[in-house]
Amino acid sequence: MNYHWNWGIFWEMSADGRHTWFMTLIMGLGWTLATAFCAGVIALILGSFIGVVRTMPLRWAVRIGNAYVEVFRNIPLLVQLFLWYFVVPEVLPSSVGDTIKAMNPPWASFVPAVLGLGLFTAARIAEQVRAGIQALARGQGMAGTALGLTLAQTYRTVLLPMAYRIIMPPLTSETMNLIKNTSVALTIGLIELTAAARSMQEFTFQVFEAFTAATVIYIVVNLIVVNLMRWLERRVAVPGFIGPAVGGGGH
Amino acid sequence: MGEFDFGVIQRSLGYLFREGMTFTLTLTGIAAAGGIFFGTLLAMMRLSSHKWLSLPATGYVNLMRSIPLLLVIFWFYFLVPYIGAWVTGASQPLKVGAFTSSVVTFMLFEAAYYSEIMRAGIQSIARGQVWAGLALGLNYWQSMKEVVLPQAFRNMVPILLTQTIILFQDTSLVYVLSITDFLGAASKIAQRDGRLVEMYTFAALVYFIVSYVLSHLVKRLQLRIAIIR
Repeated sequence: MNYHWNWGIFWEMSADGRHTWFMTLIMGLGWTLATAFCAGVIALILGSFIGVVRTMPLRWAVRIGNAYVEVFRNIPLLVQLFLWYFVVPEVLPSSVGDTIKAMNPPWASFVPAVLGLGLFTAARIAEQVRAGIQALARGQGMAGTALGLTLAQTYRTVLLPMAYRIIMPPLTSETMNLIKNTSVALTIGLIELTAAARSMQEFTFQVFEAFTAATVIYIVVNLIVVNLMRWLERRVAVPGFIGPAVGGGGH
Repeated sequence: MGEFDFGVIQRSLGYLFREGMTFTLTLTGIAAAGGIFFGTLLAMMRLSSHKWLSLPATGYVNLMRSIPLLLVIFWFYFLVPYIGAWVTGASQPLKVGAFTSSVVTFMLFEAAYYSEIMRAGIQSIARGQVWAGLALGLNYWQSMKEVVLPQAFRNMVPILLTQTIILFQDTSLVYVLSITDFLGAASKIAQRDGRLVEMYTFAALVYFIVSYVLSHLVKRLQLRIAIIR
């Protein structure tokens, strides 16, 4: 096959004339992580709130929470990002819409990407938080009430601390999903890691070097996240309760 | 707030559904069928006691699950012509259409996800059943085909279908290859007529209705299966 490998390409000047292609990829990684982090903060706060609401003894609140999850889970992420990027600025009052449209390049895609990814991931975290709370014995909530705690106190001091520990493994995969999902933001113009590799491929025609580099970076990020979350899981484990299987793994 | 013209949706319905939705559903169907087939093979490999079978399968599944689908789409878009040339022995990379490339991509990508489901399915069958099969004189393939897989599929049908709904949503990402799937069709009209708001809202609505209805059907199926057991 006549494909010309050139691994030295990473140290050549990129199309912007200021950075090497290696730096271009690293900057892409920076945007990937920044987007994932900001979206993650939104998702964790909003997702926890909605997840809690869905377990409360209030029918209408449960319904609203369920509706939120259904809406954000049943529309493809790409379409959601298009809605935030193309549709929302048009539908808002023109003064607000024009301000959004006048934002400078990275922010004009970054802000909708963070919002879109955050609200999308919130629906999935809400589902996990709800499952985590419902996995607890019913007696725990009742015990809280019996001790004279208010509903808010019961959640804050009894239910949530255990629920979060239970859902650490699914939260780990969700964090990885979030990092991977930031690549969808390239469709609205964010130059994150996949987009950086793509632009490198377009300018240099070194397809496989560019994509190999991006793949390796994603794998390394994945490994770091998994190990960080495992460490956190072990750190916060309550002795005698559910915890990470020590020395386990495999099948 | 500008003027909205929702008539544009009605005028383009034929194009949107005949061209776009047909492509989306075809891609989803083929990719799901192929993905479940290869996913089952991968799951069997992973559960094999032969290291040379289980290690490559594990590596493949972990690799696919740790990189974004979009990157996989780009990978295969450029890789498939070379693989094709290698298979057919041609000296030049083959010319592969966007459709073939996206079918291969989704089939092989989803196989990794389906294989995790099938692995759980196979593991949910009591080991004694396999031993019983072997004791009756069945070989590995016979006991898989007659005893384990039928039950594994049955147990996993709701999860396999849920994954297929996710696949249906994920096919929208072929947008990056400028393919006319449902979202691609909506996007082309939106750009041509300058009707982004109307077309993208409509696309969101259609995806929502399809996925919502399907996921509720899956939920009902799940309840029925649960009662029988």
